[in-house]
Amino acid sequence: MQLFPCPFCGPRDETEFHYGGDAGNARPDGADVPIERWANYLHMRGNPKGVAREVWVHMNCSEFFVMERDTVTHEVLSSTALDGGHAQ
Amino acid sequence: MTTRYSALSLLKEGLAGQTGWKPAWRSPEPKPTYDAIVIGGGGHGLATAYYLAKNHGITRVAVLEKGWIGGGNTGRNTTVVRSNYYYPESVALYGLAHRLYEGLSKDLNYNVMLSQRGMVNLCHSVGEMEIGARTVNAMQINGIDAELFSPEDVRRVAPIYNFSPNARFPVFGGIWQGRAGTARHDAVAWGYARGASRLGVDIIQNCEITDFIIEGGRCRGVRTTRGDIRAERIGMAVAGHSSVLAAKAGFRLPINSYALQACVSEPVKPILDTVVLSPGVGVYVSQSDKGEMVIGGALDRVPSYGQRGNLPTLEGVVAGTLEMFPIFGQLKLMRQWAGIVDVVPDSSPIIGESPLPGLFLNCGWGTGGFKAIPAGGTLLANLLATGRHNDISRPFDLDRFATGRLIDEAAGSGIAH
Repeated sequence: MQLFPCPFCGPRDETEFHYGGDAGNARPDGADVPIERWANYLHMRGNPKGVAREVWVHMNCSEFFVMERDTVTHEVLSSTALDGGHAQ
Repeated sequence: MTTRYSALSLLKEGLAGQTGWKPAWRSPEPKPTYDAIVIGGGGHGLATAYYLAKNHGITRVAVLEKGWIGGGNTGRNTTVVRSNYYYPESVALYGLAHRLYEGLSKDLNYNVMLSQRGMVNLCHSVGEMEIGARTVNAMQINGIDAELFSPEDVRRVAPIYNFSPNARFPVFGGIWQGRAGTARHDAVAWGYARGASRLGVDIIQNCEITDFIIEGGRCRGVRTTRGDIRAERIGMAVAGHSSVLAAKAGFRLPINSYALQACVSEPVKPILDTVVLSPGVGVYVSQSDKGEMVIGGALDRVPSYGQRGNLPTLEGVVAGTLEMFPIFGQLKLMRQWAGIVDVVPDSSPIIGESPLPGLFLNCGWGTGGFKAIPAGGTLLANLLATGRHNDISRPFDLDRFATGRLIDEAAGSGIAH
């Protein structure tokens, strides 16, 4: 069982967390967003092998945060609170 | 000089002290150019090469494999073959795979040990039975064999299931596909490899792609740990590592890679002669020809390239297995492992030309690639040979993520990936 660090609650069991997607995947803004840009935002993913910056939610306290993780070793490199819903 | 496994050759080799066996496929040095390159020596890649040679007469083909053939997900799955999908597009695709599997041992002259022992997807409530009836109707309308099972029918095919009155997930019935079953996964890889090699395909192992050769906006070849290799058409069938190669080619895919675990028990005498899936616990079980219980479950919940698997998922799978079959409580688990699968938002594969012209995709099979190997190979071979889709592959093009014509099998057939 792996422990993930919630920036608010400290180290907690991995089963309390839910993966939320790539960090920095900004929603397109405005009326003239081309279809490809929407598809890119909705579906295309970096999915890196190695260091990844991801949004996670700690379901117990409902806070979203950014976790840097190695997707091969599963080592957690950092865990950062979101500022007003945006990755810092 | 024996490469075939007839009764006569077994006898001959037995008398000769097993000294005449030859490798089933050649291992040549890579040539500088080919007509087509297939990246990935798993089932899909080897099948692609085989059908390029057999269906299209293109034999100057190289299969490039980073490790050894069949060593990725082809060697890590739970060997189930089935086609119980909902949408017509999926039925055309998996139905093709299923039909080709039924003739594969004869086609390859290599026994892939297809055992059509049937599979039952259980229904645990009145609501699930209604959805089950809808699925059975859809399958029958699409020309796939399916039957709605009563609790008595389930008891007949899986008498050791937990039918106790206080079972957590009682049986209200099930969706039965009699043509479903299992096949020997290694034999599928080896059979395609031998067949392709005999037709002239070069199978090159320990050959990792380090980069793509891109000239004039087209993919013209690959840089590998064994030198540059050029071809005008290149296909990739690398499952969970598709995003890694896509990044080298300069584009992204709608894929997240996850570990999918499986485990087997110690071998016991025959007790379960079908495949049983319980959506309630998210676990399915079959018994291998060696007698092991082969157990599979849901994806790990943490995106991963580590071929190990996390403990919470394994714990849930084992607990679910015991809820289904309390009789297995004393079985010892013998092995546990994981493969990295490429999960797509609509749980359907991606087949078609990539954003880099000349490079073609066969990926996104998620947790269900093994059953689709013959179709994935046929369709990628067709794309590489003609440069165009056929009616079966067209709906699975990457463009569906921009047009919105998704084929959502997680909603359609309730698959878990």
